[in-house]
Amino acid sequence: MKAGVLAVQGAVTEHIKMLEKCGAQGVPVKRGQDFSGLEALIIPGGESTTIGKLIRKFGLDRPINEMAAEGKPIYGTCAGLVLLAEEIEGEDPYLGLMNLRVLRNAFGRQRESFEAALEVPILGEEPFTAVFIRAPYINFAGPEVEVLCRFQDRIVAARQGNLLVTSFHPELTEDDRFHRLLLEMARDTSQKTGSKQDLQGNKKAAAAANK
Amino acid sequence: MVERGTYRVKKGLAEMQKGGVIMDVTTPEQAKIAQEAGAVAVMALERVPADIRAAGGVARMADPEIIEKIMEVVTIPVMAKARIGHFVEAQILEALGVDYIDESEVLTPADELFHIDKHSFTVPFVCGARDLGEALRRLSEGAAMIRTKGEPGTGNVVEAVRHMRMIMSQIQRVGNMREDELAAEAKNLGAPLELLREVKNLGRLPVVNFAAGGIATPADAALMMQLGADGVFVGSGIFKSLDPEARAKAIVEATLHYDDPQILAQVSKGLGDAMPGLDVATLNEGERMQLRGW
Repeated sequence: MKAGVLAVQGAVTEHIKMLEKCGAQGVPVKRGQDFSGLEALIIPGGESTTIGKLIRKFGLDRPINEMAAEGKPIYGTCAGLVLLAEEIEGEDPYLGLMNLRVLRNAFGRQRESFEAALEVPILGEEPFTAVFIRAPYINFAGPEVEVLCRFQDRIVAARQGNLLVTSFHPELTEDDRFHRLLLEMARDTSQKTGSKQDLQGNKKAAAAANK
Repeated sequence: MVERGTYRVKKGLAEMQKGGVIMDVTTPEQAKIAQEAGAVAVMALERVPADIRAAGGVARMADPEIIEKIMEVVTIPVMAKARIGHFVEAQILEALGVDYIDESEVLTPADELFHIDKHSFTVPFVCGARDLGEALRRLSEGAAMIRTKGEPGTGNVVEAVRHMRMIMSQIQRVGNMREDELAAEAKNLGAPLELLREVKNLGRLPVVNFAAGGIATPADAALMMQLGADGVFVGSGIFKSLDPEARAKAIVEATLHYDDPQILAQVSKGLGDAMPGLDVATLNEGERMQLRGW
């Protein structure tokens, strides 16, 4: 299983290490040709304005949209969540693939950044130690969005079809359950290949890729 | 339970800055230009290092009003500098809510014996280093990010190169050492043995290591990245150049595609004059900021 980590800027190596720990081949992706053969993609934490500008400048938004349209799973952490959202408060959206509205730096500045143990039912009973760094949260999620976790009544992890997002950074911990979930989603997709199943929530991505 | 200011949270912000460019700015307008160009953070200052050098006298923490105005106009993290050892300036910066404090040799040191105890703060610190020993001493005091010192305000990359090469070659050497050699090396470097062991196991510094001090062109930024930097600080290099907007953008793009000479050639075109440089050899000891701190 080959999984890419968008390597424009941010915590790239941490995600690659996590993927390898889960038995996948993790590769950095920063040019169009790097997308070939990927079965999943991670958009890591970093500065969303920086990554957003650079993916446009170097035409990486198109292959990302194509992956989403093909139903290949994409996982966005922190800045990755901001990039995938259809709406960003006070800013224009970037990829706009998920029916979410996000608020950036929503928990405050760095001195308010924190760690907390969260209940994430989809990952099992063991709480997940979540590291929030100037993190965003989701303040609106459309009906097709499955909420995976809330913290203080705010949505901090969600899934829509094959798109997965967290406000926090599993790659800064030893807990690889979100990465395993992503790889599981990728295996399910490749098993379905060939069938023309409608992958919920990806119609918009298909439209974007065809532009 | 919510835990703030853990070492993981402090280091984590620097991890998010990797592959990016942090730019010195002195006004809200410059901060907006930096953010628009794709900077991952800005360093809020009263003067850039080249002007600090020219002005002489004692250089101190910037006026909090300037820092606050810059914090108001950008959504990216804002860093600010405190004098070496001046823990009260650091307390003030933390109270203002800056995202990172640079305990910096660019300002006039306030203490010639002791650096700030950075463990006692919630906000993370970045510190300058010329070699592995200095980097690990700063880490033992609680720094969550390291940068090379270089020679600030010169537009001359030679010292940043020297410091990055020094740190990288020392890491490589440590990687081949036996445990008994490691103990002796810790003594030589003046660094804690546990941290040196961590460097040996990781094959790198346990925190993010940026390049700083003299970077003025896209090629300089790419050079530092190829030498192993995790990202770059550009101080005077942007707003002392002829066309800061274009140069800022070009340095961001060069930092991303540091290993692609075709793109580097493209982004280096038509930027106008870089900042005027200084030959580091003409500076006497008192003018060399890198010699501040230990």
